[in-house]
Amino acid sequence: MKYIDEYRDPEAARKTAAAIAKTVTRPWTIMEVCGGQTHAIVRFGIQDLLPDAVELVHGPGCPVCVTPLEMVDKAIEIAARDEVIFCSFGDMLRVPGSEKDLLTVRAEGGDVRSVYTPLDTLKIATDNPDKQVVFFAVGFETTAPANAMAVHRAKEKGLENFSVLASHVLVPPAIEAILSSPDNRVQGFLAAGHVCAVMGTAAYAPLAEKYQVPIVVTGFEPLDILQGIHRCICQLEEGRAEVENQYERAVRDAGNVGAQALISKVFRLIPRKWRGIGEIAASGWTLSDAYADFDAERRFDLADMEVAEPENCISGLVLRGLEKPADCPAFGKQCTPDHPLGATMVSGEGACAAYYRYRKDRAHE
Amino acid sequence: MSEAKAFAMTCPLPLSDHPRIKMAHGGGGRMMQGLIEDVFFAAFGNPVLRSGHDGAVLDLPQGQPVMTTDSYVVRPLFFPGGDIGALAVHGTVNDLAMCGARPLYLSASFILEEGLETATLWRVVQSMRAAADATGIQIVTGDTKVVERGHGDGIYINTTGVGVIEHEIQIRPDRIKKDDLIIVSGDIGRHGMAVMGAREELAFTPPIESDCAPLWNTVADMLDAGIDIHCLRDATRGGLCAVLNELAQSSGLQFDVVESDIPLAANVRGACEVLGLDALQVACEGRFVAMVPKSDAERALEIMKVQNGSSSVIGRVTDGEAGLVTLQTAIGGRRILDMPAGELLPRIC
Amino acid sequence: MCLAVPGEIISIEGDDALSRSGQVRFGDVMREVCLAFVPEAVLGNYVLVHAGIAISVLDEDAAQRTFRALEEIE
Repeated sequence: MKYIDEYRDPEAARKTAAAIAKTVTRPWTIMEVCGGQTHAIVRFGIQDLLPDAVELVHGPGCPVCVTPLEMVDKAIEIAARDEVIFCSFGDMLRVPGSEKDLLTVRAEGGDVRSVYTPLDTLKIATDNPDKQVVFFAVGFETTAPANAMAVHRAKEKGLENFSVLASHVLVPPAIEAILSSPDNRVQGFLAAGHVCAVMGTAAYAPLAEKYQVPIVVTGFEPLDILQGIHRCICQLEEGRAEVENQYERAVRDAGNVGAQALISKVFRLIPRKWRGIGEIAASGWTLSDAYADFDAERRFDLADMEVAEPENCISGLVLRGLEKPADCPAFGKQCTPDHPLGATMVSGEGACAAYYRYRKDRAHE
Repeated sequence: MSEAKAFAMTCPLPLSDHPRIKMAHGGGGRMMQGLIEDVFFAAFGNPVLRSGHDGAVLDLPQGQPVMTTDSYVVRPLFFPGGDIGALAVHGTVNDLAMCGARPLYLSASFILEEGLETATLWRVVQSMRAAADATGIQIVTGDTKVVERGHGDGIYINTTGVGVIEHEIQIRPDRIKKDDLIIVSGDIGRHGMAVMGAREELAFTPPIESDCAPLWNTVADMLDAGIDIHCLRDATRGGLCAVLNELAQSSGLQFDVVESDIPLAANVRGACEVLGLDALQVACEGRFVAMVPKSDAERALEIMKVQNGSSSVIGRVTDGEAGLVTLQTAIGGRRILDMPAGELLPRIC
Repeated sequence: MCLAVPGEIISIEGDDALSRSGQVRFGDVMREVCLAFVPEAVLGNYVLVHAGIAISVLDEDAAQRTFRALEEIE
């Protein structure tokens, strides 16, 4: 597959890894923000190719991990209603709420469906006029164009039985929250390439400047990630703190202007609570006033939620790179991929789930 | 024309009288008898079945008898490349083949949902007949029950198979040895993607077809060639990944496989990339893994390639950590292949 | 977050910018993709597709530059 296979070439991977090893003179801690990048790192075993001096920390770049518990509970409450067809990306179906997850709701009789694109939910709404179709609109900026288009089309068609539970999160505020934390250990960032394909790169220069950290906009194939790491390491070794674009085949500095225009019509900026991290100002999107009719939170009379995370879950600390999964007393014992306590163990690219796989490998060595 | 073709052309059941299955069709009385004769006997027709005893008296050739059973609950009932009927026959017949047993007889028990269209049942049963003919087995006994509307998924089928081992080769996980090679009998992940694609929202063009197929002929050829087969297992739910994990655990050995040697068709690959699925965990139906000593691997591979040209040696057995399955990735890194957990869901993250 | 996959545009339909869509090929299979946000894309272009929407057109020249950098790496 073009634009994929070339970036999985083992010889080029070896060469780039060797170049990284040659360049490092001291330990560095780099965070990749995006869950998709974490997934690639785990899937291709990229950590194996890196010298020990390069520590990769997996950031809060996965909506599965950071969607606030209250939102998951609201989704569960809506999905359980008889008149609702609840549609969601597959990733969210296994995320534990306070008591259960959406798959359990389905087992209990709820009509819960996974979709690949929110655009398909419009057809589900048209085909089921006597039902309320609700879409769980989570994601980073990358997914906002799709979610915005779905809501926009619903409004154009006057689809009255369609609504979204919106829970978007934004990357730059998350990076700032991590960098501004007094116990921050992250020295360089691989910025999320697909987020930047939509939003452009302008938001990162002020961060690089203010906190003096290199930020490399990076793609998702193994060679992209290795090249991104190499560029980040070069900057760190040379004492530079700039924004670089490794993913230039997909990312323009201005981003996707058309997508940004629709996003600013359909969404508005709000503070957002990030699971495990807490509230970050101006870090989320919800539906704008023009599209407020399609907000499921307003349409459904939802009770105020008292939410509580399991006490021994430290996923927030893990998401910020402050603790390793192996530091958690519950890791591998009460908390495993089969019985996750927190979101970082549920998601395939959650740091804890990823470490769970490495742990067996390391123990074997 | 062949008997199979002849019966396929006319459905003897007077559909206008009974276009849908009713509770009475499971009631043991005249309607059930009519269903049995007009649908099941007509489709599966053989003297043992038609003798109408409570049980089937079998003629077993010399050898070690083997029995296996499985239930089939797939939704949707029909998908590109197959249906629940073909699955119900091939699946059980293949389990016999995986034991090295020549498949001979099948029982077929149906749980039908009230309201099921009889034409649908007829289609499924025809498909079972075709599948049975493909491996030369007979369906010799069965059962029919009808459950109330809403309490079943249209059709559930259980098939129990009987076969016989007519050779001396012991085919079992505890025969797997260090340095054995692992061979897969064709490209993986088709069935799961075919069933997933039957849902309109997750479909691609052209539709991906299931790999549902009988495996006995290939196994028979390997046995005839004197291959010292240590173990066989067909990949079903959980795909290649599940099979490797199961066998690594049962044998107490470590399996090391190489990603670039695992055959994957371009259409399955494209669909898995888009939906974010790991093809190694996607269900197969007509694929198996063979563990054979290095000395026999080349000949085994040649025989397996006759059924499917993409058969490939994908790895080897070592005496590292018991139950561990590792993958050398496309870029030369390494990761653990864990037992798949839970449902395979498309992801966006 | 962000599983986006490159695919080749095989057909395009829809006159209105916001309703533009097309068949995009991934490996050997195709799916309908919303092309509203890549108005500059033409048949044969590769686009990055996420959740059924094309979010960017892949720039072959930029890809070449990335490769040269990978090849020249020491």
